[in-house]
Amino acid sequence: MSERVAVRKTYKLFIGGKFPRSESGRSYLVQSSNVSLASRKDARDAVVAARAAVKGWAGATAYNRGQILYRAAEMLEGRREQFVALGVPGDEVDAAVDRWVWYAGWADKLSQVYGGANPVAGPYFNLSAPEPTGVVAVVAPERPALLGLVSVIAPAIVTGNTVVVAASPTEPLAAVTLAEVLATSDLPGGVVNILTGRITETAPTLAAHMDVNAIDLTGVTDADLAADLEVKAAENLKRVLRPAPADHDWSADPGVTRMTTLLETKTVWHPKGV
Amino acid sequence: MFEYAPAPESRSVVDLKASYGLFIDGEFVDPADGGSFKSINPASEEVLAEVSEAGTQDVERAVRAARKAYEKVWGPMPGRDRAKYLFRIARLIQERSRELAVLESLDNGKPIKESRDVDLPLVAAHFFYYAGWADKLEHAGFGANPRPIGVAAQVIPWNFPLLMLAWKIAPALAAGNTVVLKPAETTPLTALLFAEICQQAELPAGVVNIITGAGDTGRTLVEHPGVDKVAFTGSTDVGRAIARSVAGTRKKLTLELGGKAANIVFDDAPIDQAVEGIVNGIFFNQGHVCCAGSRLLVQENVADRVLESLKRRMAQLRVGDPLDKNTDIGAINSAAQLERIRELSDAGSAEGAERWSPPCELPDRGFWFAPTIFTGVTQAHRIAREEIFGPVLSVLTFRTPAEAVEKANNTPYGLSAGIWTDKGSRILWMADRLRAGVVWANTFNKFDPTSPFGGYKESGYGREGGRHGLEGYLNV
Repeated sequence: MSERVAVRKTYKLFIGGKFPRSESGRSYLVQSSNVSLASRKDARDAVVAARAAVKGWAGATAYNRGQILYRAAEMLEGRREQFVALGVPGDEVDAAVDRWVWYAGWADKLSQVYGGANPVAGPYFNLSAPEPTGVVAVVAPERPALLGLVSVIAPAIVTGNTVVVAASPTEPLAAVTLAEVLATSDLPGGVVNILTGRITETAPTLAAHMDVNAIDLTGVTDADLAADLEVKAAENLKRVLRPAPADHDWSADPGVTRMTTLLETKTVWHPKGV
Repeated sequence: MFEYAPAPESRSVVDLKASYGLFIDGEFVDPADGGSFKSINPASEEVLAEVSEAGTQDVERAVRAARKAYEKVWGPMPGRDRAKYLFRIARLIQERSRELAVLESLDNGKPIKESRDVDLPLVAAHFFYYAGWADKLEHAGFGANPRPIGVAAQVIPWNFPLLMLAWKIAPALAAGNTVVLKPAETTPLTALLFAEICQQAELPAGVVNIITGAGDTGRTLVEHPGVDKVAFTGSTDVGRAIARSVAGTRKKLTLELGGKAANIVFDDAPIDQAVEGIVNGIFFNQGHVCCAGSRLLVQENVADRVLESLKRRMAQLRVGDPLDKNTDIGAINSAAQLERIRELSDAGSAEGAERWSPPCELPDRGFWFAPTIFTGVTQAHRIAREEIFGPVLSVLTFRTPAEAVEKANNTPYGLSAGIWTDKGSRILWMADRLRAGVVWANTFNKFDPTSPFGGYKESGYGREGGRHGLEGYLNV
């Protein structure tokens, strides 16, 4: 009997909950697979999808967002072997699952930790609460391909932001596979959008886009490119997370700065009286 | 309108020098190249004092002094001792508050009742509030051992000169940073008096440095490589330029920029209270307020009633001598600002909006602008989109809460918003949807050191005030 012929996977972009090819029709070869080479137009389409998803996702209850992030951890756990087959070390997959779980639990706690009542000197009820900033563009770290990616997506979306992620150009297969995890986790389409291809092509479009509220430059390794992206981001005063140092330890406790940088604090005053 | 006899506050309490040096390393020093400019009273155009213009060498000196103080004195100092210096400063401000209030009104043009009853109490309270944080930073929620950043470059505007100084210096020092602060070129005098207060408090030399000058001085300061943190309050255009200039550096940046706030009045609001809020929202401090309620959104079915009442109230506003205790609206801060207000108001008329001001006699000398409202304004009009930063209100109408939210958020800014309604659930529904950093419900223009202030979108990033205000000055 002849050996079974395997059904291969096509690695595509993840935009608005769907898996389109690049509108440019281009691809590049990684680990014997043709991966979509996203264009500037793909980046703009992804921003449109991310913007459309903001209202529903930011408006969902924190409990609901936490449940969905936890569901993503469950799905990731179930696909452990698939990531290992792509070359992601088993330990890294485990750490990525644990990170999803850690962030999932933050969904309904950050407002209490980061907001609260302010004792103003007058007869007013005064409350500060964090809110998502909106659409966040993210340049994911080149490696670790999975743990790095999860570590930049989860803190952005747990609070209600939506993201457009430029995945690691050299190790994009884990990113597309993670998109499949997210697509089966009840995460509404458009909350996470993933672009594969060249950072130099997609990131400048995202940095200059006037409907993007913040940019996370974590994965930018070229200092000149990082500075250029930050200059572009200044045009509409995007919130900026600067590049991570080359020796950043992705297994360490991430802290809350990744979440808080992508939040706005809203303070509401109301008089007290009868 | 009732006639009142003039009730001017005496200016004898202020002892102005003919000229001022730069405050660097604990002393007043002459600028290296000897440049200077004059600060004038915008209500009379008289020269108040000659002030030094800091150049590149002076900025260098100030940053070096701040660095030395950070490394040798202020950084290593226990938080409880930093706290005591800040408490001392707060007390000195209270003790000298009359002097500071009169000087603020002289240099800025704001009514004495505002500098005396709003600015100065808030300035002292701000130092008190942050003084108490200096030895409690490990409890502020930024980790077990939050560290200061280093030398902070701070550039502030002319609308609340001393209050903006307090918002910048108090949290920076509490967190253990040292500062170089540049006040606005039209209002440097209270900052220089504050420098004397630092001397009186025996604050170690170099912890606070105050350099005067215009835009070039500010640019040189924020671009200086020896600076670790930049904090700016001012226009969105300058904020953008600063954001570009720190790109690619490790400087931490916070920006508090422009606004075009919607003040939203529903048909169930108590109209008289709402009208007081509208007046306070746009005419407080001559409208030189980044969070001013400069777009009135009034529900269509009560628009006529609200406008009639508003016009009646506006006719009671007293415009004139800032030092007169009866004055409601003082002088426009500068000729340049007056020109901008005139230009945008003329654009309002030219684009088809209807302009109204109460009968109002304006002084002959100085810079003045009568309180003004525009009706028939559309969202496309420049006066509905651009920050006027003057006593000019644009009135638009809406029918449904959803339309009010849509119109209120239809701006690149997001600093503040106001809601007037009797219905609590509607307040909360609206507050959730307004993209603004501060939402005042059934009140407006309230400030407190414990309450975080700052914007969404192009109104900047970072918060000043409260526990949140420490974050911009800690290495987190």
